[in-house]
Amino acid sequence: MVRVTHWITFIAFVALLITGGEIVISHPRFYWGEVGNVNTRPLFIIPIPASRATVPTGYGYVMPDQNGWSRYLHFEAAWVVVLTGLVYGIYGLWSGHFRKNLIPARSDWTWRAYRDRIAKYIHRGRADRSEESTYNVLQRTAYLVVILVLFPLIIWTGLAMSPSFTSAFPATAALLGGRQSARTIHFFVSWLLLLFLFVHVAMVALSGFRSRMRAMITGQSRDSGEDE
Amino acid sequence: MNPISRRKLIYGGVAAAASFGGLIAAERLAGRYGLIPPDGSGVYGPGETLTYACQRLLTTRSPARQFPRSMISKDPFANAVAAPTEEFKQLQAGGFRDWRLVVDGRVAWPMSLSLADLKSLPIQSQITEIACEEGWSYIAEWIGTPLSAVLREAGALPGSRFVVYYSFEKGMWESIDMADAMHPHTFVTMGMNDGDLPVPFGGPLRLRLPRQLGYKSLKYLAQVTVTDDIKRFGSGKGSVDPDYGYSWYAGI
Repeated sequence: MVRVTHWITFIAFVALLITGGEIVISHPRFYWGEVGNVNTRPLFIIPIPASRATVPTGYGYVMPDQNGWSRYLHFEAAWVVVLTGLVYGIYGLWSGHFRKNLIPARSDWTWRAYRDRIAKYIHRGRADRSEESTYNVLQRTAYLVVILVLFPLIIWTGLAMSPSFTSAFPATAALLGGRQSARTIHFFVSWLLLLFLFVHVAMVALSGFRSRMRAMITGQSRDSGEDE
Repeated sequence: MNPISRRKLIYGGVAAAASFGGLIAAERLAGRYGLIPPDGSGVYGPGETLTYACQRLLTTRSPARQFPRSMISKDPFANAVAAPTEEFKQLQAGGFRDWRLVVDGRVAWPMSLSLADLKSLPIQSQITEIACEEGWSYIAEWIGTPLSAVLREAGALPGSRFVVYYSFEKGMWESIDMADAMHPHTFVTMGMNDGDLPVPFGGPLRLRLPRQLGYKSLKYLAQVTVTDDIKRFGSGKGSVDPDYGYSWYAGI
């Protein structure tokens, strides 16, 4: 179940990244507060051409408009992530996956545990025997931050941009400082998730891409036939 | 095959059959309660239907977010509009005295209303944000009469399901369901920030729908048609947007 939800989320996340990028291209300016448009001062601008002639980018070039299908796919993929996340969350609590594999052991709740594991990464030390079947303290923390902080935050900021959703739940936008703040946070959180993806894939590559991929797809690690 | 994987296979099969049956049941129910949007078919259909159905269940009656007067945008952005036609220019030269809003379809009394007629209906104002699908937004005070007042005046018939609305601009049309049409903040808008609604912002008449993205707030409103069968209009997907690849429901 962990593996199935992992790969579904991966596919949906890639779709969200691509379509999110396309949507940003139609207005590559970011603001803070409730409102923002080409007549107001931006927080920052991404120096790329836009897919709208109304945005002053300094380029004499307007990119093709891809917003229609991008928006359809973005929201559909968001549903896939939310529903898959629900299944994963319920399964993780019910099966003890979170307790066994994600919440760091109480003895690891120290700076020292983190420092030691980082030092081990730096010195390319061999993984402990215990790390073959579960995650170390750094992995556990990174995964928990993604599951409990970044994904909830990106869903929240996404909903805070919906004029209809915020009509029923105005606090979702107000607590973030407004609609444009939500959009800006949404943008940064997607970069953090992308950063996680890069590090995650790099770690998989360093620890043996083929064996790790086989383990994550089939559930079989090389020497034990233990199922996930 | 060892016993564990056989048990898993059976569980998996039962779960798959249950979810398939559940999906069919959900689709039937959603259809019966009008929770499937006109563009709720094709690859993006499931996502659109989930969004629309959830919004209808959660937000049907919630009021649009309103803002204090101090938050009205000093320099709102009108967005690009097509160059006005000769016909529009003539109406504009006449101070829009001859502008008409036609109300027809499933109504007891089809009518053609001038701006003066509309101003004799209850006039209200709202300070709401307009947000474009591109990402930008501004806040303005919008003055007009609720679409529900116009529909009551014309006697919209029970059993109606959608309101189709047309712009003076050829080929520009939209529709909303009755929940949005009767929502107290859905305005037939004539004024903006204490003045007449300027032409670049959709003047003399704009359908203002603060709980959906800007493209549903159609500029140059000329006709409103009440219907129970949205499939008869255009390509049957509820508005011109799906023809351009954009979604019909924009309350996302």
